[in-house]
Amino acid sequence: MSVAATSHGARSVDARHGTDELAHKRIVVGYGFWVFLLSDFIMFAGFFAAYAVLKDATAGGPGARELFDIGNVAVETLCLLLSSFTCGMAALAVSVRSRIWTQVWLLATGLLGLAFFALEMREFHELIEAGNGPQRSAFLSAFFTLVGCHGAHIAVGGLWLGTMMAQFWFKGFNETLIRRFLCFSLFWHALDIVWVAIFTIVYLMGAAG
Amino acid sequence: MLGKLTWEAVPTNEPIALVTVLVVLLVIGSVLAWITIKGHWTYLWKEWITSVDHKRVGVMYFLLGFVMLLRGFADAIMMRTHQAMALGGPDAGYLVPDHFNQIFSAHGTIMIFFTAMPFMVGLMNYVVPLQIGARDVAYPTLNSVSFWITAAGVALVNLSLGLGVYSRAGWLVYPPLSGLQFSPDVGVDYHLWALQISGIGTLMSGVNLVATIFKMRAPGMTLTRMPIFCWTSLASNLLIVAAFPILTATFAMLLLDRYLGFHFFTNDAGGNAMMYVNLIWAWGHPEVYILILPAFGIFSEVIATFSGKPLFGYRSMIAATMVICVLSFMVWLHHFFTMGGGANVNAFFGIMTMIISVPTGVKVFNWLFTMYGGRVRFTAPVLWTVGFMITFVIGGMTGVMLAIPPNDFVLHNSLFLIAHFHNVIIGGVVFGALAGYMYWFPKAFGFKLHDGWGKASFWLWCIGFYVAFMPLYALGFMGMTRRMQHYDNPAWQPWLVVAMFGAVLIFLGILCLVAQLVVSIRRREALVDATGDPWDGRSLEWITTSPPPSFNFTVLPDVRGEEAYWGIKQAALEARQLDGPPRYEPIHMPRNSPTGFFTAFFAVVFGFAMIWHIWWLAILALAGAFAGFVVFAWRDEDEYEIPATEVAAYDARRRAVRQDVLARAGVKA
Repeated sequence: MSVAATSHGARSVDARHGTDELAHKRIVVGYGFWVFLLSDFIMFAGFFAAYAVLKDATAGGPGARELFDIGNVAVETLCLLLSSFTCGMAALAVSVRSRIWTQVWLLATGLLGLAFFALEMREFHELIEAGNGPQRSAFLSAFFTLVGCHGAHIAVGGLWLGTMMAQFWFKGFNETLIRRFLCFSLFWHALDIVWVAIFTIVYLMGAAG
Repeated sequence: MLGKLTWEAVPTNEPIALVTVLVVLLVIGSVLAWITIKGHWTYLWKEWITSVDHKRVGVMYFLLGFVMLLRGFADAIMMRTHQAMALGGPDAGYLVPDHFNQIFSAHGTIMIFFTAMPFMVGLMNYVVPLQIGARDVAYPTLNSVSFWITAAGVALVNLSLGLGVYSRAGWLVYPPLSGLQFSPDVGVDYHLWALQISGIGTLMSGVNLVATIFKMRAPGMTLTRMPIFCWTSLASNLLIVAAFPILTATFAMLLLDRYLGFHFFTNDAGGNAMMYVNLIWAWGHPEVYILILPAFGIFSEVIATFSGKPLFGYRSMIAATMVICVLSFMVWLHHFFTMGGGANVNAFFGIMTMIISVPTGVKVFNWLFTMYGGRVRFTAPVLWTVGFMITFVIGGMTGVMLAIPPNDFVLHNSLFLIAHFHNVIIGGVVFGALAGYMYWFPKAFGFKLHDGWGKASFWLWCIGFYVAFMPLYALGFMGMTRRMQHYDNPAWQPWLVVAMFGAVLIFLGILCLVAQLVVSIRRREALVDATGDPWDGRSLEWITTSPPPSFNFTVLPDVRGEEAYWGIKQAALEARQLDGPPRYEPIHMPRNSPTGFFTAFFAVVFGFAMIWHIWWLAILALAGAFAGFVVFAWRDEDEYEIPATEVAAYDARRRAVRQDVLARAGVKA
């Protein structure tokens, strides 16, 4: 799909003004997606604030120091950061229009995301089995919500990723799909940023007591 | 199978609710029947329901707001009539406590979320792309989705009328009252799911308009050449993007408390209900500015146009708007001085609250100076604006009184507070929405609204407001608290009777609005706006036809200064001719899409299923929504082309009209 001269998205290429002050559709969409991501950060900020307020409200139950297994979290972090790297590789594959490598790197991204998600679910499962579920205390409610919200984002990202892989496979590289892929990589990297904050504030500072 | 849903949910033992439901069903049924008999379904589906045109979406938002104004007002007049006769015990008046509590909760929710918000979002949607010289918003399909998701929230709130109950915990559902322990039935769940769903719509529409204003402006339309309404819309939408996620997070926590036994806000296991109050107002205070800032923009446009002068202090208006935008995040604690933050915290937020009234004061002076020395035409929009300036200043001053913490300890949650915020919301937001409605209606439909009925409506609303709410200030000083189902102080009753009379006046004002619409439609030939510029306007929406074509402008306007259209118009008047015909190019516009409608359908099903604990249906709805997104993402053709010849033909007709206007102006000169 070529971005036509007077498409509603890309402004008229007027001889007197040239093209430089007119936004390309790719830029408009990327920009809006950034704005959305900022709003998503604010939602996370709400959960972070709740966690900060409630982190000592353990109601006689275990606190961060007793519960968190830093080793498991380290592996999770590794998976997620690696998946950002593979996502970047996928972006390179898209930019050279390599169908196969796009699929390979996107698949790798998805699998690493899945590994992260599985490890997180295992951690949740173990906590709940040991009687330390979100119902145990306000601290654990805040923990499960903050970390779980990030996990839910990863899961949604996985669905998005799968849909996009199918589209790249069946429809090839068209401008719309490339634009969406741009948004997806923004989304995926943004989740990394959130995870770095979770890793630091919840796990590292929690382990330090 | 059906979760908590049984036949008990139908309010057969509450005659008021039952009759209301039957009447509503009758009205909806007859409207649907009328559409079917007249064969309008294809038209509605093609031109409105699936339309992604920002103008259609804007009109639908406004219509939604108007319908919900009627519902919210019905709640209001029930409360006023009940309280006027509720001297005595719980049996006094005609509303039982349980029903009364639902009514005040529904009234607040509906008026803020489903009346004021759709009014403002609708006007912004309609006007902003036109004023910045764009063909549509940045993401037209998303815009349609936003509207329909908002409508889904409306549908859920109204379902509670006939199935189950509504929240009894006020419009902000403070825990622990709104927690599972004290509100075990579906009322609070209706509230939370309706607002979570419509909140997503609001957020998306905020993102959309921010991107539109920053990325879609016509060539030459720099930020400091934008009409002030675009600036206040920008500020308002930035606030939406920054504040609504807090609401989403807060309600998510309350939902987790209610559904999965979490302990964010419970009394036990370390929960902290005071955290909820902080979080909800961290959203809630910016929310009042989300509503009032666009209204400030509307008044600015109206007063400049009808004074025949540029807005006084354009740059200071921008500065004041953006200062309000930032400061609105620093005053939230004044909603709960009495919670015990301590003297220093209260002093800080008290002072911040007084500071935020300064930029608003700047604006009032700017409007006054705009009128000064102008040849003011006192049309209905101007009456709303002048009424606003007087009323809002009074409301602002009572707000500063409340901002003084020691005062607040006396007035907190009294009827003084109720009078204050109705003073600024009715006098500001509602007057603004109605001024904007009467000002931009000819642009949207090609004929003006009848001015006389508009003026009658203004006087009834304005006088009605004072009669209804000034007694509430007095009652606040006399010690009456808000939300009282009955009282035993006979000294209060006369004041409440007066307030009820005021509500009746407002009701007549609403009837005048309906009459105005009916009369104007019937006399549309006489009220026609052939020129596209009925008020001698100054900004770009008046350069195009009324109503504008789907693509808004045949060629994008070339902006060379503030008040873009005024400059072009004056140049043409001076030269006695239009610029030569431009080079026409084919225009690409987005195709219609039913995505919004289907998303809203699944959202209603999902919300309903969650409210009644019908888990399988909730999963089914989510799967359906995902499938819908995949289908949408799979489409190939998302735009269609309007050929240059068609654009040229349209513009030729337009130019003939403008040439004619020009010739007549020349004769007059």
